[in-house]
Amino acid sequence: MNDTFSSPRQIARETGDFGALIAAVPYAAFLGVQLSLHQGKPRACLPFRADLVGSPRLPAMHGGVTAAFMENAAMLHLLYQINTERVPKSIDFSIDYLLPARTEELFADCEVGRIGSRVAQTTIRCWQKSQDRPVAIARAHFLLTAAE
Amino acid sequence: MSDPTPSNLETIATGFINHIPHMRACGIVVDSAAREGVEVRLPYRPEWLGDLQRGVIHTGVITMLVDSASGLAVLTAMPAPEPIATLDLRMDYLRPAHRDLDLVCRAECFRLTSHIAFVRTTVWQDDREAPVAIGQAAFMRSSGNRKRNAA
Repeated sequence: MNDTFSSPRQIARETGDFGALIAAVPYAAFLGVQLSLHQGKPRACLPFRADLVGSPRLPAMHGGVTAAFMENAAMLHLLYQINTERVPKSIDFSIDYLLPARTEELFADCEVGRIGSRVAQTTIRCWQKSQDRPVAIARAHFLLTAAE
Repeated sequence: MSDPTPSNLETIATGFINHIPHMRACGIVVDSAAREGVEVRLPYRPEWLGDLQRGVIHTGVITMLVDSASGLAVLTAMPAPEPIATLDLRMDYLRPAHRDLDLVCRAECFRLTSHIAFVRTTVWQDDREAPVAIGQAAFMRSSGNRKRNAA
């Protein structure tokens, strides 16, 4: 029985330090996703970097980066919340872009609508300076599997 | 003005990608570009992994590639380049994308109106007939804004 996620999860729950959990997901680390506890719940943050830009003219973040960040926020939220040793498998993902994401940090909160025995449904909200002006909202389903 | 020829479109598409910092940072390349659709490739990197136990590429990477390819398909479908904004994007992850293999995405703008562009995408690795994901996106064109602003 491996413990890829149990000790990183324990550290995050006890200290609010998500470093080890994020390090276990290479693409989350590549993007530069950070997490912290906000009123007892994980909140994701993506600090701005010049290589995350998708439109130099506006300028604006790459829409695919915003989407990928939100997908990571949901996946890491589930890894934090559920005592699992397997990464939840994405089934589908749907995003509505509401505003251009400016070249500054992004935040995301994930709401878990339902966790069944096999599937989790999530809604992700992403904003920048003002939490009541989301730049994008998304929803995603994940397949939860027991250790094989 | 004459329509851009296919080889012209490939030059335009490559120029577009090289102009976008995140696409350049990820190493996305144009395999082909035509009025009917584009094919872009994301060379494999270990950083793309989302699940180390299974050796599976993170679906967020696939979404990023699809978003990039979809925008490019709209660009090549329009008579002349103009700014576009993504309205929405929907992804279905049909099977796991495995480590050590590139991701290839074909994007087709199947309907272009004066205001909106509709795009569908297919992503595969070594077998085009066994896609790892499909996507559908809608974009808003900027050309349609003028009428409303004038009204």
